[in-house]
Amino acid sequence: MSMKVHTRQVDGVTILDLSGRITLGEGSVTIRDAVRDVLAKGSNKILLNLGDISYIDSSGIGELVSAFTTVKNSGGELKLLNLTKKVHDLLQITKLYTVFDVKDDEATAISSFTK
Amino acid sequence: MADSTTSRVSFTLDSSLDSVNKIELTAEQVAQRAGFDEDTIPHIAMAVREAAVNAVLHGNSYDTSKHITASFETTSDSLIIRIADQGPGLDPDKVPDPLAPENILRGSGRGIFLIKAFMDEVNFRQLHPGTELTLIKHRTPAQPGT
Repeated sequence: MSMKVHTRQVDGVTILDLSGRITLGEGSVTIRDAVRDVLAKGSNKILLNLGDISYIDSSGIGELVSAFTTVKNSGGELKLLNLTKKVHDLLQITKLYTVFDVKDDEATAISSFTK
Repeated sequence: MADSTTSRVSFTLDSSLDSVNKIELTAEQVAQRAGFDEDTIPHIAMAVREAAVNAVLHGNSYDTSKHITASFETTSDSLIIRIADQGPGLDPDKVPDPLAPENILRGSGRGIFLIKAFMDEVNFRQLHPGTELTLIKHRTPAQPGT
């Protein structure tokens, strides 16, 4: 199953609802392109909703990190929402859980972005 | 308990992502048949996927003239998976630690770390040319034989 992205705006934050697998190849490229599109449109507050991500491999983790640094370097913020247990555990193992700002409630996540 | 082989399957595949997916799926099925629990099976499948990605991407560099081989062996003690490529060879000691502060924000380099995290034993063998990774997950007494 490939990855799909649905984009929406809430209070100045761009939410990318991701579903499927983030793996080497299609999933990684899809997320990279999606984040670039958001930045190109002038928004740099991005919330990645990973609630429907069934699987992520090391390439996918790397893509999340790259997205995080790309957005940060542009002066913006990228946060993660609704981690599944598998993704949560992977971020813990790779010591990335504390690197990302991880939220489990959309409204709280939205209000946590710098105004 | 004797370490006698109870089943074995092997493939020779193209250097492609389709091969990676096939190897991952096979790992999942073999681990399931070997009686591993539902938490361990995805870990084995992910470790094997990472090894296959390394073989296709870093080993063979998607070279269509090169192949990867994968074998799955279930013994009374363990599940043993071997993934081999025909690339320039990999020195595991030269792979940067992805947990080091200077590497934590790198966009790649976590595959071998995850393989080691999820398997009980990981061995590297130089093939000249190529690298063979052997991944071993021990079965527990609660897991019935196949």
